[in-house]
Amino acid sequence: MIPAAAESALDVAGAVRRGERTARSVTETALEMIAAREPELHAFLHVAADEARAAADSIDDALRAGRDPGPLAGVPVALKDNLCTRGIPTTCASKILEGWRPPYDATVVVRLRDAGAVVVGKTNLDEFAMGSSTENSCQGPTCHPMDPTRVPGGSSGGSAAAVGAGLVPLALGSDTGGSVRQPAALCGTVGMKPTYGLVSRYGLVAFASSLDQIGPLAGSVADAALLLEVIAGHDPLDSTSLDHPVPQVSRSIDAGVDRMRVGLVDELVDDTAPDVARRIREAAEELAQAGALVEEVAVPEMRLGLSAYYLIAPAEASSNLARYDGVRYGLRVEAPDVAAMNTATRTAGFGPEVKRRIMLGTYALSAGYYDAYYGKAQRARTLIVRAFDRAYERFDVLLGATAPSTAFAIGERTADPLAMYMSDVCTIPSNLAGHPAMSVPFGTGDDGLPVGVQILAPALGEERMFQVAAALERAAGARWR
Amino acid sequence: MTEPPSLGRDDVAHVAQLARLALGEDELETFTNQLARVIEHARDVAALDVEGVPPTTHALPVRNVLREDDPRPGLDHEEVLAGAPSTEDGRFKVPRIVGEAP
Amino acid sequence: MSVDGGAPGGTAPRGGAPGGTAPRGGAPGGTAWETVVGLEVHCELKTRTKLFCSCKNAFGDEPNTNVCPVCLGLPGSLPVLNAFAVELAMRIGTALHCEVRPSIFHRKNYFYPDMPKDYQISQYDEPINVGGWLELPDATRVGIVRAHIEEDTGKTTHQGESGRIHAAEYALVDYNRAGVPLVEIVSEPDLRSAAQARLYVTELRAVLVATGASDGRMEEGSLRVDANVSVRRLGDGAYGTRCEVKNLNSLRSLGRAIEYEAARQVALLEATGIVAQETRHWDENAGRTVPLRSKEEAFDYRYFPEPDLVPLAPDAEWQARAAGAIGLLPAERRARLSTLLGAAPTTQQAEQVRVVVSQGLDDLVVAAAAGGAPADLVLVRAANELASDLDAALSLDPGAFGALVAMEARGALTATQSKAVLVELLTAGGGDPAAIAAAKGFEALSESSLADAVRDVVEAHPDEWERFMAGEAKLAGFFTGQVMRATQGKADGKAIAAELRRLRERDGPDPTDHGGRGDRDDHGGRGDRDNHGGRGDGGDRTGMERAGEDV
Repeated sequence: MIPAAAESALDVAGAVRRGERTARSVTETALEMIAAREPELHAFLHVAADEARAAADSIDDALRAGRDPGPLAGVPVALKDNLCTRGIPTTCASKILEGWRPPYDATVVVRLRDAGAVVVGKTNLDEFAMGSSTENSCQGPTCHPMDPTRVPGGSSGGSAAAVGAGLVPLALGSDTGGSVRQPAALCGTVGMKPTYGLVSRYGLVAFASSLDQIGPLAGSVADAALLLEVIAGHDPLDSTSLDHPVPQVSRSIDAGVDRMRVGLVDELVDDTAPDVARRIREAAEELAQAGALVEEVAVPEMRLGLSAYYLIAPAEASSNLARYDGVRYGLRVEAPDVAAMNTATRTAGFGPEVKRRIMLGTYALSAGYYDAYYGKAQRARTLIVRAFDRAYERFDVLLGATAPSTAFAIGERTADPLAMYMSDVCTIPSNLAGHPAMSVPFGTGDDGLPVGVQILAPALGEERMFQVAAALERAAGARWR
Repeated sequence: MTEPPSLGRDDVAHVAQLARLALGEDELETFTNQLARVIEHARDVAALDVEGVPPTTHALPVRNVLREDDPRPGLDHEEVLAGAPSTEDGRFKVPRIVGEAP
Repeated sequence: MSVDGGAPGGTAPRGGAPGGTAPRGGAPGGTAWETVVGLEVHCELKTRTKLFCSCKNAFGDEPNTNVCPVCLGLPGSLPVLNAFAVELAMRIGTALHCEVRPSIFHRKNYFYPDMPKDYQISQYDEPINVGGWLELPDATRVGIVRAHIEEDTGKTTHQGESGRIHAAEYALVDYNRAGVPLVEIVSEPDLRSAAQARLYVTELRAVLVATGASDGRMEEGSLRVDANVSVRRLGDGAYGTRCEVKNLNSLRSLGRAIEYEAARQVALLEATGIVAQETRHWDENAGRTVPLRSKEEAFDYRYFPEPDLVPLAPDAEWQARAAGAIGLLPAERRARLSTLLGAAPTTQQAEQVRVVVSQGLDDLVVAAAAGGAPADLVLVRAANELASDLDAALSLDPGAFGALVAMEARGALTATQSKAVLVELLTAGGGDPAAIAAAKGFEALSESSLADAVRDVVEAHPDEWERFMAGEAKLAGFFTGQVMRATQGKADGKAIAAELRRLRERDGPDPTDHGGRGDRDDHGGRGDRDNHGGRGDGGDRTGMERAGEDV
């Protein structure tokens, strides 16, 4: 039982632009739905009702004045709460940023507003995006939209749950090791991580800078394409932003997969639960039926991904999170001298998972361990990139599972960090390589909860990736309608 | 090839101090066990023979990203201090500093 | 740290003067000690904006007014490199004969409240400039290990009793300076005395100003120096254990701190044989260095490549453009003045050249000399008369200055008159020296008027003249002064001396009697030297000029 999808963003924007509905009425509906479901879901950390109404009214004003508000006219969008929003609290689900209102907007937020979108609120996440279940939030977990005893995945669990529950047609998340794709898979939505540098990171509160990308969550492949095209593109405020034309993903989704070379990755099937693995093989068969040339391929280097990731990402995080020191913003716990104040603040302000990763990363970078851990991980990263390069000589896209299992129970993996880290095993390799990857719902597991199939593509291979994603979406629709 | 170093209680105490985190005895125990398992798992990477393999910092080969030297207005002074835990005379106030910067 | 290409090894001072003023040279029974110094100079770059954001790079503005999300380290902000800062860094590297190379940025992690991100973006093992040298005016060639780009920190003010760190109750932080671009220039340990270290910083400062990278204002913190100091017995090959001394914010502090630190280390070595490697702080008021932290307490900076910035690889064209934008370097400017003098400069002239170049007056000298004034006299006047009001001197019209010196050279004005006119020129920024001289009534006395004046003075002081005639040579000064007074300074000292000589020879005894008067050594020739050669070129200058002026 896939939840009834919200209206598509394309339909909403079309109706608003044609004057059939007002942005204000769309916004009010979204706010009502959020109010109705929030007590049970807890997808949002902050609902920006006043700001949303004001934004909607200005879109309606623009329309009345004969101006086109843009491709997302009046579309309600939820933002993961690690995206900076001017004047609206941005906490990263951390006590250390409680009450912080950024004095600036993230680049993606500016682009959303410029495209006519209405930001309705900030969604829950694992503190500083560190986690795979949204349980590491200082405000408590978000529940799975179809089963409140289960996690929505993470770390963009609030965004995935909001879209999965049909509260908003679109949401943004961030994906450092799978944090968009994995919750999308668990909640039965589309979720996508763009090529590293395709979407500006300016205003995304950093977790692991060399891996972080902002990505869309949506109810359909077409909606995800629409959102990607709005947020993608070069930004002079991000040095790692690619100065490259935005892939025209909306145009490519109807192109089909005839003669497309698809590699079904052994490691992304074998390392998953049997019910998940079965669905992935079925997806591959569907693609073959649609004309794709599907072959199995082994990419054993992907198995190095988990370890490399859990050295590199914490190392970068340990440095990125040093600034939460009680001096300039956020929480301060007073102490007689500044070093003691730093320590008291950070000890009180960070949750256990964040502390774990800061310590892990500090260890990996510290004198005497750098070469053995961080240095090795960076070289393993090179091996993974090379393995992908070899695979993409033979294939246009790769296929596998997004997550090793369907949504697990709240509390099931919190006691064992390593078990939790394993949830990212299928998604991490694309982050390490900087490649795009996306998850599309494809049926359910034995427990009736959604399974996501993951499509991986080489850098800037978004168009082919969306072609395959759309084909799988059509196949799933035909199979389970 | 030498064995990758393992992680013990003293290491955790040391990195906690470097990272300005205070740990109670119980926490130190728990974190040591948890982190040791992660480091143990990372042996597959730590034990790799990567002789001659260059490190990857950036996945994509972008170079020479630069900005012109043109000034732009920054943040409003009041806005800068608005979110601060403590200020005085337009500056950020902190408790006394023991020791000097490196 | 790798040092590629052309970097001199650095076990001994290269080039000429060893300059080793040992802190406790030649103690009885022991060998002399040699001071060994390497310097780390932080130079703030003269860009319009900061290194990684578009905030104004300005000194002295209201606190926390030139700040933005990037330089405040707000969550989500990202750095973007300032192209002009890179250009200035390349100019510095080129001027210091470094290899300019592809480079990357690292993060240096440590907590400090003046550092908004609690890490500093710096260059570590792949800096932009490596392996160069700087030749000092004393001909010592000092090796440059590297000159890398990094960002500055904010400014912390300790509040409470006396503003001193340890007595402070709290501190206030201003982030206007946070993110200002710096180039850190690290020298080899090639300096051998406090004086030579000062010479290095002076020369380096002039190089940095010539590249357009720095305003050279040490008092505003534009240049900040840390010194690595060690001592060893003269003749030892190996270096001693070094201590890093911080907080050297003037040439005076630098010199005093090195002298203090070297003496401290010598005393320790002589008493215990051991110096501990540590970082020390120079306390300017107390005049001593105090320990900050030992080697064991050293920070673990956890350097790693900055993921928010991409590699920097300036192409040959950009490097050439940067090199082409460098002005004349101080060594080149000194050479230009020396050439102007014609013959090899005397020691005094070399010092004048150094002074003139360090004060930026060399263009004025060159232009003035180009107008026909004799270069040696232009140089003397520039070195000795223009420093007191440098701002005025730098805007002085070189044509007027040259014309004035030319008038003096051909005897139309005395030295004293010339200087008086120069004061007027400086005040007005220029003018017609002849007109100013005329307005002041400065006209060289005619030969006959001078002779009359001298004769009047001699006749008015018969006793003194008798003693002068008897060999009391120092009375020449008395007569010169009297003549000067009588002529209101219009007389030329040289001409007075010549007239006195003439009168003495006229009134003097027959040379054949000379020995019979029992004079020990007052031969005419000798007296002449006493009066003129030894005291300079004119009596009017006696006691009025700075040492080293005599041409």
